[in-house]
Amino acid sequence: MLFQPVILWTDALVFLLLVALAGVVVYVRRHEHLRQPWRRVAHSATGMAGAVVLAFFVLVGVLDSLHYRARAGGDSSRGNVYAVEITSVLDALLRSLKERPEKTYSAPLGYQLYARETVELPDGRQSREYPRLRHGGAHLKAPQDEWRPDVGRRALAGAAIGFVLWVVAATLVSAHIARATGEGIDRAWRALARGELDMPWRAILATLGALLVLVCVAAALAGKYHVLGTSKVGEDVLYQALKSVRIALVIGTLTTLVMLPFAILLGIGAGYFKGWADDIIQYLYTTLNSIPAVLLIAAAVLMMQVYIDTRPQAFPTSVERADLRLLFLCAILGVTSWTGLCRLLRGETLKIRELDYIQAAQAFGVSHLRIITRHILPNVMHIVLIAVVMEFSSLVLAEAVLSYVGVGVDPSMISFGTMINAARLEMARDPMVWWSLASAFGFMFALVLSANLFADAVRDAFDPRVAVIKPFRLRLAALAAAKAPA
Amino acid sequence: MSEPLLEIDRLSTWIDTGDHPVRAVDGLSLELRAGETFALLGESGCGKSITALSVMRLLPDAGRVVDGRIVLGGVDLLQLPETEMRAVRGARIGMIFQEPMLSLNPVLTVGAQILEVLERHTSLSTRQAQSKARELLDSVGVPDAPRRLHEFPFQLSGGLRQRVMIAMALACEPELLIADEPTTALDVTIQAQVLELLHDLQRSRGMAMLLITHDLGVVAETAHRVGVMYAGQIVETAPCTAFFADPQHPYSRKLFASLPARQKRGGALSVIGGNVPSLAQVFEGCRFAERCDHAQAPCRVIVPALTRTDGGRSVRCHLYTAVLGDRSAALTPVASSAEQAPAAGRANDPTSSPGPGAILEVSDLRVHFPIHRGLLRRVVGYVRAVDGVTLAIAPGRTLALVGESGCGKTTVGKGVLRLVPPTGGEVVFDGVDLGELSAPALRARRRDMQIVFQDPYSSLNPRMRVSEILDEGMSALGVGSTAGERARRIDALLREVGLDPAAKSRYPHEFSGGQRQRIAIARALAVEPRLIVCDEPTSALDVSVQAQILNLLLDLQRRHAIAYLFITHNMGVVEYLAHEVAVMYLGRIVEQGSVHDVFSAPKHPYTRALLSAVPVPDPHTKREVLKLGGDLPSAVSPPPGCHFNPRCPRAFEPCAVTYPAERALGPLHRVRCHLYDDVFPGRPIAPSDDIAERA
Repeated sequence: MLFQPVILWTDALVFLLLVALAGVVVYVRRHEHLRQPWRRVAHSATGMAGAVVLAFFVLVGVLDSLHYRARAGGDSSRGNVYAVEITSVLDALLRSLKERPEKTYSAPLGYQLYARETVELPDGRQSREYPRLRHGGAHLKAPQDEWRPDVGRRALAGAAIGFVLWVVAATLVSAHIARATGEGIDRAWRALARGELDMPWRAILATLGALLVLVCVAAALAGKYHVLGTSKVGEDVLYQALKSVRIALVIGTLTTLVMLPFAILLGIGAGYFKGWADDIIQYLYTTLNSIPAVLLIAAAVLMMQVYIDTRPQAFPTSVERADLRLLFLCAILGVTSWTGLCRLLRGETLKIRELDYIQAAQAFGVSHLRIITRHILPNVMHIVLIAVVMEFSSLVLAEAVLSYVGVGVDPSMISFGTMINAARLEMARDPMVWWSLASAFGFMFALVLSANLFADAVRDAFDPRVAVIKPFRLRLAALAAAKAPA
Repeated sequence: MSEPLLEIDRLSTWIDTGDHPVRAVDGLSLELRAGETFALLGESGCGKSITALSVMRLLPDAGRVVDGRIVLGGVDLLQLPETEMRAVRGARIGMIFQEPMLSLNPVLTVGAQILEVLERHTSLSTRQAQSKARELLDSVGVPDAPRRLHEFPFQLSGGLRQRVMIAMALACEPELLIADEPTTALDVTIQAQVLELLHDLQRSRGMAMLLITHDLGVVAETAHRVGVMYAGQIVETAPCTAFFADPQHPYSRKLFASLPARQKRGGALSVIGGNVPSLAQVFEGCRFAERCDHAQAPCRVIVPALTRTDGGRSVRCHLYTAVLGDRSAALTPVASSAEQAPAAGRANDPTSSPGPGAILEVSDLRVHFPIHRGLLRRVVGYVRAVDGVTLAIAPGRTLALVGESGCGKTTVGKGVLRLVPPTGGEVVFDGVDLGELSAPALRARRRDMQIVFQDPYSSLNPRMRVSEILDEGMSALGVGSTAGERARRIDALLREVGLDPAAKSRYPHEFSGGQRQRIAIARALAVEPRLIVCDEPTSALDVSVQAQILNLLLDLQRRHAIAYLFITHNMGVVEYLAHEVAVMYLGRIVEQGSVHDVFSAPKHPYTRALLSAVPVPDPHTKREVLKLGGDLPSAVSPPPGCHFNPRCPRAFEPCAVTYPAERALGPLHRVRCHLYDDVFPGRPIAPSDDIAERA
């Protein structure tokens, strides 16, 4: 074996989530009333554009969740010996980024360090100048003249590759449409370009094109430069940002996983049983809501840290320790954030339980559990779904805030929060070190924006209160036809 | 003849729904003169409300007038800019909406809302406007107007709210009043008050009124001319009396034939087969041809025009043009519904006494809901929704429970089924007191008693297929041992209620209201009950669909000997279908007996008022409406003595002191009224039977 797979706690949960997601997709496909709103989501141009970007982030996150230990050394006589270090597939793909540390800060696409250093000249004199980077732009002989054309050429080449990939993707899509509609591929292509299809393929392909070009340009430049500069310890910022994506996704998804059972069970229970059950649950969430969440989280995370620190043998590697702390953070965030959804579900259940079909079920002597699972839960699922997709982005942001405060993820773990925390002091430097912060900001913005756009589309499709109001768009031909007989 | 005030010419209003526009109104023309009431009659979805909204230019965003003219006093409303249209709304056209709860702003006082209209359209000073508002409230019969001006809508009852709405609509003395189902949400006694008010106001002010309704009775009471709408078009217009004497269009005739009434007892109601066609298509031929008994080949190809016939009438039917060869159907005026010969009596004749063993005996049933107040939720009082109800139903018979909304009739049904826990009294089903049963024993008993609800839209879980809905009760109560057996039973059930067994794999939203009610009935039937509580099962349905459901219910009763506890406020349905009737007022039964006894010779003053308030679809009937003042009192603090005494025209001293005991007037006929108590020698003479004779 070339490697030994390692499944961390969060990895296991992420995979579980993916399997559950696949199961839900299969289930939805079989049920027409569930498929219909998803079809509306698929027909929303902004929603699908958001989904494309989101899919890219998910891909990065999943690649980063495939952890393993590589085989150490070439000595095969002693059987398989694996490295202590746990790496992920993403680490392997980004090895060129990871293993080219600089000394300290350097600007994006730079070829010299950001700070002046005293160097000894060959003639023995000393001078203060900007030293060349060890890796970034190291291939340039005369950087002042060559830098600009070199960057331009590489970027152009990357863009070209991206464009070619996009053309391939677009051709595949139009071939698919052509086969589905039974028309020629050029007609399908034309319909696609004019945006005449039900599915917003034009928006999807446009987003995909922009994404492909960006990724390819970055990849082309990353071979010889630090595209987003380097951090204080000389680590590539692009690598840091990509590694942060997994943390953000894990926090956003696993927290909802922790939160859902509380919210659904207690919310529906309070609404359905009313009386003292309702009173207790209401008091519970009102009380929980009044405790400052940051304090609660800080206390819980610090306790967890003490627990981990006193048991070093249970968590041999730093990656495992950090992972456990991340999982615990998800759990505590989940425990503090179920109240909003719980309140919504309680209200909706109070409404639904008075509907006639619940009474009809009661007249049949159907048990409470069955009424809740068969009648109430399916009818509040749209609220759960809307809440989950809306919550996702706020949790991603919450992680950044908590890590910034210092009670978030393990400091050794790269996340948007730790990136911002590290870059915070450098904002005061002159000239400013802006790229760490800007990169974290840009990635987080893209992630949250795409999640929000997608969430909006989901809400529009599922929320019965959002009336489908369309502007009157009768075609001129139809109008003429109406007037003709008059 | 004077110039028409409102002239609608070939109005076409379309609604964009995505793929195809819905032609909600398609070439509608009508004329309305000052001082005239034109009733636009039609079933739901035929475009009558869209017509009204087109006139007001208040269409929803997806709707647009694509063709036609709407001329009000020489001005084409469709050509006006929006700013000028705003001056027309409220000032020249007033509108009354159906739902008085939703049409008044709950956070503004009544006075503020009326003043807003006056300030917008007149140049009165605030003081003048306030006195004008007081006058308006007085004129619509709101008692104690100066105080009401400062009250909020929630402090007013439904009838008063509708009066306030009318006062607002009349604030600027409009030339035209559009009333969109003004009384549909109100009880019959309140409806009678509001209809009379509208009638008086219109006569005294010389307004034109466009009345939109689905109720033939309301039309007969108020309208001068009638336009029957079907699928976006007017199919018949006629003066009101001529229309009721001899409806000409086959659709109008069918509407009359499908009205339940006493004369039709024993026979099946005539139904209109099929459904209203989708309006998202271009029609070739007559829109009604698919459902018409007299349709011939040309009807499906040639679009009929609105043809003038004699007596100022027009009808859109080939029977009245030269297109058809055989026009005999048109030439013989149909006997109006009232003259139809009664069909052969049912096996269980209504006047016969019930069988010996009653299947359900309810004695002194009480359902009180506690009112909690304060931090510790102390009980400060009770809503006495049901306060001592005694009734019995024999197998295979129907007991109708009638009364106004809020009188507790639905709670009786739910108390009988133990869907709400009764506070006191006994419910004995088949010799077993349900109150004594343990939870599992009660569960087993649930097989015998089922319920059909009013609203077919909220009574079926939208997330379950029809087969799952029908299977639920069977699997919960252990009907049918295997899944295969239950599946076969589902097919049989669907056939029994007149649906295709293929419907079982579909979801409720794919069905129309009537079809949904059939599914709800099939769900109740699935466990082979012996008693079904029907809680207003047809009041959310159109007349023609109501006829189908009533036929189905009667047919099922005949085949399976099911007893019905039929809760309704529709007296026509009661007369058509019930064997016995019990009249409820504020949680108690005030009079019960066979349908014949109660309807031919009502004894209790409330029963008499209730029956006389029902509008009759025959303009020749000069019935005397016994007016009831005020509204139903609160069930939290019912009036002392007889609950009805504050509204009773014949109340005398003991009425305010003691609640009357039950008096038997015949084998089945019982009444609770001091007028029939021998212990009061000085009581007024009980009303004679002829006043409210309706048969």
